[in-house]
Amino acid sequence: MDFSFFLSAFLRLLPGVPLTLQLAFVSVGLGMVLALILALLRLSRIRPFEWIARAYIFLFRSTPLLVQIFLIYYGLSQFPTVRYSVLWPILRQPYWCAIIALALNTAAYGSEIIRGGLRSVPEGQIEAARACGMSRITVFRRIVLPLAIRQALPAYGNEIILMVKATALASVITMMEITGLAAKLISESYRAVEVFVVAGSIYLIINYVITRVIHLLEYWLTPHLRSVSTPVVIEREDAA
Amino acid sequence: MNDFGVMTVFSFAPGGWGAAMAAASAMTIAVAMAGFIAGAIIGTFGAWAKISGGRIVRSVADGYTTVLRGIPDLLVIYLFYFGSSAVLTPIGRFFGANGFLSLPAFFAGCLAIAIVSGAYHTEVFRGAYQVVALGEIDAAYATGMSRALAFRRIIAPLTLRFALPGLANIWQLVLKESSLISVTGLVEILRQSQIGAGSTKQPFTFFLAAAILYLLISSASGWLLQFAERHFTRGLRRG
Repeated sequence: MDFSFFLSAFLRLLPGVPLTLQLAFVSVGLGMVLALILALLRLSRIRPFEWIARAYIFLFRSTPLLVQIFLIYYGLSQFPTVRYSVLWPILRQPYWCAIIALALNTAAYGSEIIRGGLRSVPEGQIEAARACGMSRITVFRRIVLPLAIRQALPAYGNEIILMVKATALASVITMMEITGLAAKLISESYRAVEVFVVAGSIYLIINYVITRVIHLLEYWLTPHLRSVSTPVVIEREDAA
Repeated sequence: MNDFGVMTVFSFAPGGWGAAMAAASAMTIAVAMAGFIAGAIIGTFGAWAKISGGRIVRSVADGYTTVLRGIPDLLVIYLFYFGSSAVLTPIGRFFGANGFLSLPAFFAGCLAIAIVSGAYHTEVFRGAYQVVALGEIDAAYATGMSRALAFRRIIAPLTLRFALPGLANIWQLVLKESSLISVTGLVEILRQSQIGAGSTKQPFTFFLAAAILYLLISSASGWLLQFAERHFTRGLRRG
């Protein structure tokens, strides 16, 4: 094992980290908004809206992400109307195509998670809020959405990690994020195993940090589920 | 040149892309199926290691599932495709072969899918095994079955029954993942679509066709798996 190669590989792959994080977070952010809209459409009890959401979720979940990326990046250029439209400066760039594809894809998965969260809100809480005189929108903003977010958080954490992994596909449309740089380094050095170990470790570290942050958020959002040991500690501090 | 209809592009007549796309679909199914089965074998050992292994064996299995679920699949495919040449070329040279050797794309792809899906299989099998009622296993031993016989007649069939929904999920994942093998040049659906898109200058048409083919395969297999699930749980009371 040649330690200096590991170090130099690490330094070569490190510049890809910001792009990986950017792709992941921008697409998760945009995807979350779309996911919420889709979940609301799905639960709207208005037939055409429900169908649209269902069809969207079905289409994006049963085709590979790489096909979706290619459809947007290579496919759209087939139509002259797209090429001459105002959107072309955006759709021409692999960066934005990757983000659009990732966001559209995660929205389909995320909407199912959010739908589960929204449906888990106990009916009694909503009735209590209505009884207090809150309007429907206030109930949604103050009661339903916060409870749903808390419920959906662990599953959404998983989705975020899947998205960090999915950003690797952006390397196929020339984005030089971690996997892109790793592929380049492999073809230069022919040392696939070492480069794989280094790139894999970087992804594992990123995903570990995200998992910890999600755990922390979960802990912070569920004070009612914490064990009783916390007040005991406070008591001791008071006594001292 | 650009305005011939979709039906002519994908016709099965000479010059059409129908036959090529059909062959590519068969390749996708073959590589996904081989990877899935190999992954199930890895998963069986993984679950066994997690359930009844010692501390070291268990932590190796835990490490495997944690690492594989945190690393992009594309990276694993690169590892096997390029990494195999790092291993095979010196071996080849030793036996007198000159030049660059690597695993055929099909094998490298299968192996990558197997290793990745093996991690999911491990968790599914472990979860399913835990649902099997202890009483059934005890009853098997009580009737005098040996460990191997109890495993073959009681544990394995019951575990498989409970694992079926999870296995169906893994199959859908594997099917979609097989599209990543196109980067190694294996002519499956996506690679064939790239070839078609390049030579006809109709990328949207071809990638849309790819999406539809994946949709068809995933829907058809989803339907079959649902049927299998109903068939194999027909003896189960529904709660």
